[in-house]
Amino acid sequence: MRILVCVKRVPAPGARINVTADGQTVDAAHLGFTTSPHEECAVEEAVQLTEAHGGEVTVMTLGPVAAEEQLRYAASVGAHHFVLIPIDDVDWDPQRTASALAEAIAAVEETNGAFDLILFGNESADAGGFQVGVRVANHLGRPIVNGIKGIEIGGEQGGELDEGVATARREIDGGFEVYNVPMPAVLGVKEGINLPRYPTMKGRLASKKAVVDTDERTVEAGGQVRLRLHRPVEQISETVILGTGPEAAPAVVDLLEELGVLS
Amino acid sequence: MSLLVICDHDRGTLSDASLEALTFGRPLAAAAGLEMAAVVIGEGADAAAAGLGAHGASTVHVASHPLLTDFGPEAWGETVVQLVRGTGATAVLACGTDRGNEVVAQVAARLDQPFVANCRSVDPTGDGSGNWTMTRVQWGGSLLEDATLTAEIRLVTVAHHVVEGVAAEAPASGTMVSFVPELDDALARTVVADRVVLTRGITLSTAPVVVGGGRGVGSAEAFAPLEELAGELGGVVGCSRAVTNNGWRPHSDQVGQTGTRIAPEIYIASGISGAIQHWVGAMAAKNILAINTDREANMVTRAGHAVIGDLHQVIPAITEEVRRRRG
Repeated sequence: MRILVCVKRVPAPGARINVTADGQTVDAAHLGFTTSPHEECAVEEAVQLTEAHGGEVTVMTLGPVAAEEQLRYAASVGAHHFVLIPIDDVDWDPQRTASALAEAIAAVEETNGAFDLILFGNESADAGGFQVGVRVANHLGRPIVNGIKGIEIGGEQGGELDEGVATARREIDGGFEVYNVPMPAVLGVKEGINLPRYPTMKGRLASKKAVVDTDERTVEAGGQVRLRLHRPVEQISETVILGTGPEAAPAVVDLLEELGVLS
Repeated sequence: MSLLVICDHDRGTLSDASLEALTFGRPLAAAAGLEMAAVVIGEGADAAAAGLGAHGASTVHVASHPLLTDFGPEAWGETVVQLVRGTGATAVLACGTDRGNEVVAQVAARLDQPFVANCRSVDPTGDGSGNWTMTRVQWGGSLLEDATLTAEIRLVTVAHHVVEGVAAEAPASGTMVSFVPELDDALARTVVADRVVLTRGITLSTAPVVVGGGRGVGSAEAFAPLEELAGELGGVVGCSRAVTNNGWRPHSDQVGQTGTRIAPEIYIASGISGAIQHWVGAMAAKNILAINTDREANMVTRAGHAVIGDLHQVIPAITEEVRRRRG
C-alpha cells in the first residue's frame, strides 16, 4: 500500500517559549527543532503499516527550507519518498497551507496514482489550527476522521471483511469509537498510537542520501491573519510550602479537607 | 441573522463544553447584534435541546436523520452547513473539544471559509472595518495569538475551560424547531461503527482528584502507592510524557498538550518537573499540590502548594494520614 504522511517542523520548547520582536513567530535562537509529536507518530504508523502490508511511505512538509531536516529524520526511521513545499519562516494560515498541500498531493497522485492512506497529525504542536487535514481531505473528496489512536487495514463493510477498509480507533472518555473508513482515506493521528522508534545508525546513513523533491506552490492567503504572538500574563502566586518530607502529610490532608475532597 | 452554537451531548445530557460555548456565545452574539441559536444533533437531541432557552438560545434546531444516530464528523459537518444555508446564520461557534474542532473544521472546509480554533476572546466590533478580532491559543495555551478574521460566515471555537458554563441571567425562548438535513448515504463512511467501553465511572478528564507521577516515580511498579492514594481520594492516576515514553503507563493516562487536559479540584503532581507540554494539560486544575525534591522545579514554583521531599516517602505518608483521620 502507498501511504502519505504530512508533517510540520516545530520548535522543541523547554520550560518557556519566547517570541520574536515583531511578534510574528517563536524566537528559536536557543531552541532545537523537531517533528510535531502527533506527526512523528503518524510517520511511525505509516512505516509499521508498510512493514506489515508492503508498500512505500512518502512524507511531505510545508515549511522553511530547513524543514528538510524533518524529512531526513523520517528517512532515518524508514520512510521512502520526500516532498518539501518551501515557504518563508512565518507560518502560512490554515486555508493557504491546506490548498498548497492538496495541490502538491494531487500532482504526486497524477503521476503515481492515489495514495491508499494519507495521515496527518491531529493538530500541530505550535499553531494548533485543528483543520488542515480536514480541508485537504475535502479538497481531495476523501473521508477523514480525526483523533485516531489505532489503525488496522481490513475491516467490516456491509457485514463482510473488506481489504479496502481502514479500521480506525478514536479514544473517547473511558473507551474508544471504531470507524470503518473505505480507502483511499485520510486520518488525523494522535500521539499514543505507537511509540516511535529511534533511528538506527544504518537509517541515519541512508537518510543522508535520501532524495528530497521540492515543489513550490503559490497560493492565495486565507481569511485568518496573524497580528502578533505574545505570552499570556501568568498569575504568579507565592507557592505555599506545606513542609518537607513525610512530616508534611498532616498539612496536606488539612488542605484536602479544606477543599472538600476527603468526604 | 444569527450566531449558531453547536451543542454536543451524550444521549441527551448536554456536555459541560456545550454550556461553555453557550456562555461564551451570549455576550458575543449581543456585541455582534446577532440572535443566538443552537443546534443539537442526533439521538437524544430532543432531551438535550429542552433546557437551552435557559442558556440563552432563542431558537434550538433539533437535527435528526438515520445517519445522525451516532457521531460522524462528515455527517455532522454537512448538517451544520445545510442549517447555516437554510437559516442564514452568519457565525458558528462550538467549544474547542476534539469533536467541536473537528465538526467546525468540516463546516469550514465545506463552506470554504476560514476557521479560527480555540479562541480565548472574540471581539466582533474588531478593527472597525467589519472584521472580527480575537485572541487564540497556541502551544496548548502557553502562547497566545492575536488575529483578525475576514469572512462571510465567521467560524470559531472557544478554547475548553476558558469560561465556566452558567445559565443566562435572562432566559431566551428556546423554541425548538426540528430539522432534517439531506445527507448522501456515502457519508456513512465516517459514522461511528462500534463503541467500546473500557472503564466506567470517573476518568482522567472528569476526576475530582488526579494523582500525577513523572520521571521521578522511577518505574511502572512504583506507581502502586499513587494508585493507592488516588483510590483513597476517589481519584485517578495521571502521568507525564516521560512516563509514557518509558512505557511505564499507557498513553491514555498522559496529562498534557498531546494527552488529556484535566480540570480536577486538586492535582497532586509528584516527581514532575513541569515542562510546558505537561503544564498546559494541568493548568485548568483548580488547585495544584507539587511534591518534588527540587524546590526550583517549574511544577513547584507554579503550584499553589508544595511539599519538598521524596514522593516515595511523602505519598504513602499522605495515604496513611487520610486513613488515620477516617478511623
